[in-house]
Amino acid sequence: MSDTALNIRPHAATTEAPLARALLIALAIGTLGLFVLAPLAVVFAEALSKGLGAALRSLAAPEARSAIRLTLLTAGIAVPLNAAFGIAAAWAITKFDFRGKALLITLIDLPFSVSPVVAGLCLVLLFGANSTLGGWLVAQGMPVIFALPGIVLATLFVTFPFVARELIPVMIEQGRTEEEAALTLGAGGWRTFLSVTLPNIRWALLYGVLLANARAMGEFGAVAVVSGKIRGQTATMPITIEMLYNEYLSVAAFSLAALLSALALVTLILKTLLERAHSGALAAGHRS
Amino acid sequence: MHIDIDEIAKTFGTTTALHPVTLAIPSGALVALLGPSGSGKTTLLRILGGLEFPTSGRVLFDAEDTTGLRVQERRAGFVFQSYALFRHMTVFDNIAYGLRARPRATRPPKAEIARRVTHLLELIQLPEIGARFPSQLSGGQRQRVALARALAIEPRMLLLDEPFGALDAKVRRELRQGLRDIHDETGLTTVFVTHDQDEAMELADLVVVMSMGRIEQVGRPQDIRTRPATAFVRDFLSA
Repeated sequence: MSDTALNIRPHAATTEAPLARALLIALAIGTLGLFVLAPLAVVFAEALSKGLGAALRSLAAPEARSAIRLTLLTAGIAVPLNAAFGIAAAWAITKFDFRGKALLITLIDLPFSVSPVVAGLCLVLLFGANSTLGGWLVAQGMPVIFALPGIVLATLFVTFPFVARELIPVMIEQGRTEEEAALTLGAGGWRTFLSVTLPNIRWALLYGVLLANARAMGEFGAVAVVSGKIRGQTATMPITIEMLYNEYLSVAAFSLAALLSALALVTLILKTLLERAHSGALAAGHRS
Repeated sequence: MHIDIDEIAKTFGTTTALHPVTLAIPSGALVALLGPSGSGKTTLLRILGGLEFPTSGRVLFDAEDTTGLRVQERRAGFVFQSYALFRHMTVFDNIAYGLRARPRATRPPKAEIARRVTHLLELIQLPEIGARFPSQLSGGQRQRVALARALAIEPRMLLLDEPFGALDAKVRRELRQGLRDIHDETGLTTVFVTHDQDEAMELADLVVVMSMGRIEQVGRPQDIRTRPATAFVRDFLSA
């Protein structure tokens, strides 16, 4: 059949025509530029509209400094706790078979599907001064709502899925045999975890921690409900930004917003670097 | 070491993996557990290794009841089907793992560990690969490293789960001879699982044919070939 020669294409079957490719790339970059890059640029431009000095002065204000400290403290508590919980949950799900496993998987995903505001309200109902538990805690001098513990709990809730969700697929793919091998070689459970399990999940774990950290620093809804938004005390960076903006203090608001974005960007850059290292490690692991 | 399997049964939930099976494995024997998938052969091997525990029955090593002995204390050299090498460690570290995992009192000094690993690499005829990672090895090399890692703990027995399953025919034949040589050199009681009758017949002193969680026949290869005890064994061997 001599006609078949006419059907040979100059490129692979899965490749689009050059025009279609150019259009798709332009659409992707255009959308990103319009909805992501442009707003980000505006934030930095607004922050610096009265000069760098004014921006830095607004960040040095007591209110801003308290917000920065509170946000870093909250992330500093919530992220390590969630890393530990995430490892435990992923471990339980991937290494054991037990009753209620499906329920646990659903519960891990719950914070993704429940609105953060609702989560915050639940915490208020549970720990607020009007509840039995909350009343008792206030009487003990350990208030949860309108205080740091509430903010940390709300942040824990919204960031819970990140680490577990990153780890579960990796751990399922790796299976249990390397751990079993370590056990038959005489290693105890803890040694097996530290020398075999943890090194195998380290990239996924770091990736999950970075995502959780980004979300912990940026969380607004749940924290807004439980914090009471007390200036200089329980107002985190996102909440302080909103309050400053509502008071038309745009340089102060945008300076803080720029700082929060910068923190997120650092996280993003770290994530990209990790992905590069991770893809190399994955490629090496898959060369079988 | 002499192994006695006494009325071992195993159920997973509602499925029965092993009906009560009884088997005596003489010291120093090379034994094949032969059967189709789902015959319970891997479950029996994992029970010997301490990775699963029987629902009922006893396991005896040299007449000592070891049914409840923890996996770490069994000193069973276990070679997994997919080898389960630690992918983030070099070949050297893989082989040294069992020695380094020992409690301080019985852990050999560093130089002694290095000496033993070097010796094992020579035993498996791969003296040059200590610094490589598992992903840089061929399938046959990985299998031999897994064998060396299992031998490093000075095991009381060697247990292998489909040791040649993932290899091509030529490498398979070479490694069969390699396993036979290592068995003869160490004198370890060795049990391996396979679904390949040629492998079982060629390599083993004693073949245990299993089906549906039961032992159909135990015997020397030629006896099983010439006098199959059940219709299943006859059909399985002629397949």
